[in-house]
Amino acid sequence: MARQGVLVEPYHRLKLEQVERIHQASLAILTDPGLVCFNRDAAEIFGDSGAEVLSIEQGGSACWLLKIPQKIISDTVQAAPKVVRLGARDENNCLILDGREPRVCFASGSEANNWLDVDVETFVSKRDPDTEVNLPVFRVEKGTLNRLARAARLCEHLDSWDSFLRTVNIQDDDIVDDNKDVNKFFVSLNNTTKHVMSGLTELGQLSNVVRMAQIIAGGEDRLRENPIISFITCIAKSPLQLTNDTTQKAIEIARLGIPLVISSSPQGGSTAPIREEGMVAQINAEILGGIALSQLVNKGTPVLYGSVPSRADMVSLYDSYAVPEFSQYNIDCVQMARYYSLPCYSTGGVSDVKVPGIQASVERLFSHILVTLAGPQYIHYAFGLLERTNTFCPVQAVLDDAHIDMVKRFVRQPTVSADRISESLEQIRRVMGTSHKLYVRFVRSALRSGEIAPPYPFEGKDMADETLFRARERMEEILSLPPLHIAEEVVDRVFQEVPGLVSRLRDR
Amino acid sequence: MAEDILALIEENVIQGRVTQDDEGLEEGMVGQPGVSELIEKALAQGLNPQDIINRGLTKGMDIVGQRFETKEYYIPDMLASAEAVGAAMEILEPHLARSGLKSKGKIIMVTVEGDLHDIGKNIVSILLRGAGYTVKDLGNDIAPQAIVAAVREDRPQFLGMSALLTSTMIHMSTTIQALAENGLKDKVKVIIGGAAVSQEFAQSIGADGYGADGFEAVRVVESLNSGKAS
Repeated sequence: MARQGVLVEPYHRLKLEQVERIHQASLAILTDPGLVCFNRDAAEIFGDSGAEVLSIEQGGSACWLLKIPQKIISDTVQAAPKVVRLGARDENNCLILDGREPRVCFASGSEANNWLDVDVETFVSKRDPDTEVNLPVFRVEKGTLNRLARAARLCEHLDSWDSFLRTVNIQDDDIVDDNKDVNKFFVSLNNTTKHVMSGLTELGQLSNVVRMAQIIAGGEDRLRENPIISFITCIAKSPLQLTNDTTQKAIEIARLGIPLVISSSPQGGSTAPIREEGMVAQINAEILGGIALSQLVNKGTPVLYGSVPSRADMVSLYDSYAVPEFSQYNIDCVQMARYYSLPCYSTGGVSDVKVPGIQASVERLFSHILVTLAGPQYIHYAFGLLERTNTFCPVQAVLDDAHIDMVKRFVRQPTVSADRISESLEQIRRVMGTSHKLYVRFVRSALRSGEIAPPYPFEGKDMADETLFRARERMEEILSLPPLHIAEEVVDRVFQEVPGLVSRLRDR
Repeated sequence: MAEDILALIEENVIQGRVTQDDEGLEEGMVGQPGVSELIEKALAQGLNPQDIINRGLTKGMDIVGQRFETKEYYIPDMLASAEAVGAAMEILEPHLARSGLKSKGKIIMVTVEGDLHDIGKNIVSILLRGAGYTVKDLGNDIAPQAIVAAVREDRPQFLGMSALLTSTMIHMSTTIQALAENGLKDKVKVIIGGAAVSQEFAQSIGADGYGADGFEAVRVVESLNSGKAS
């Protein structure tokens, strides 16, 4: 069994000839100007495979200009698996991502520094002291292990949240770069039975993280069958540069055959052309270059086509996720991934604003709906992210879960069949034979089978907007449930064999 | 035997099944007798109409009400059950009259002149029938004089008027005036409802009650009815 993403009839923004034109442009980019590579191993791997490699120097660093011919790209794209399985502690929660099938799953992101709590306070009107009103008050906290655990527990119980991608950057006093990876993976795995995905802070920690995953999965072979973890490697520094550090991580992860996301996150208007065709041609070249490397290292390594394009805010040059171009770029990338039959790790659901509310809802729903319609296999950033991914808000994540459920209901495929038409005709004839001419009685089976949407879960009394209060109550309700921790004897083994875990994580 | 059929009536009210063709909330009920068929059968077996109402229909409707209160049931469930009870009452009405028993009251329902929107009026009619009232539904776009004529002829205890449009709600006022001019205003309690109107509007035109939704409409009628009884 696996979690079933929602199967959509994909919206095609680009015509096939436009997809092919972008593909050709990306191939042209990979030979001229090519990729600037700061990693020696990658340069050698590409050189050994027939790419032209020129030694150059940029900013005092040794680097190589890679001119990657079309054959390498076509061979490696062909070698990359079309179906990637992301395992889970509870195998019913695993995800089967098939690049040929537009079935969408939703995941969080993105190692935000801030955690935003929502409190409720009562305010008294200055004009009329007898008038009191309850309002949400927001409190910014820093990301910690404890808060990461709380987010993972929310993920466990929110049905639209298919995979846990670390939400906050853990900034506890006893966490440093050398122990960050093992602790963030342990806390995540120990608080959700869904798939856990994260970036790797220190390459030196890779073996410890993998050992931990093997113990939890039940051994080396079991981890291969049921990869309960995967890694994100943003190897491209746009425009068109492969960084030394992350490229090395991608190489080592690929050698182990653990699923990895090859991602790129250029910003239209600063590190990529702002026009759609230029942006998509460049990001596609960057991702194809990374995927090629993963397959040259270890043919058949499971990879996701990781597209995280954004557009520059023209006032601040920060990323802007609320602009329409953000969704256009992402939809185009989904189509490019589908052209190669590769599972797509896409992006949607972020707000530029700092707090939940009307602006946040409008901004995030825009991309939630549009990017989902394109049919990527995996949408990250979909839960709780505010302030351009700098803030994770658990109450917002609860809201997102409900809204994604509505989006999923909307995009699912129609069920117009001969039988259903006959049933409808029968209903219409029966109702026209009554005095009241109402169809309400026929709603009941659809209501109970889940065929039609339930009432909005955060509706207030008398149509008052109490959304944040109700969502906060739901969050508290979920967090009061007992966590589904890893079995105690398995935790003991993890602590015996994996260095760097902070001892307080053993407390139950 | 009597207990068996009363239990079946109760269960089919809970399931909201008028006839054997209706689905219930549970699977596999199509083809089994619904409330209409069961009432006919109960009467054929000589059961007392009052017993059928009290120990079958009302008992079932009480459970439906409880389930609605606890949010186990939704409005469509409530309406389906009320529709089943209403259908039962129609069958029982001549038998009640013969045995000297009366329904809880007679109500004329209309959507006022110029207004074709009758969903609200239809829902209230179903719920009132389900609550044991005899409902005469005149339809929609009904002129004040036609309403006055019906009140004069049928002598109902209640008149329910509905309007969706702000442009037609004025006819509620003209209807009440027409009732007064014809000496009927004190003989019938007027209850209004619909998206366009409010409690304040009801008071301003001299209506006796206002229902914000179908359930409140039934509560208002019950309240006025018990006031009348006392």
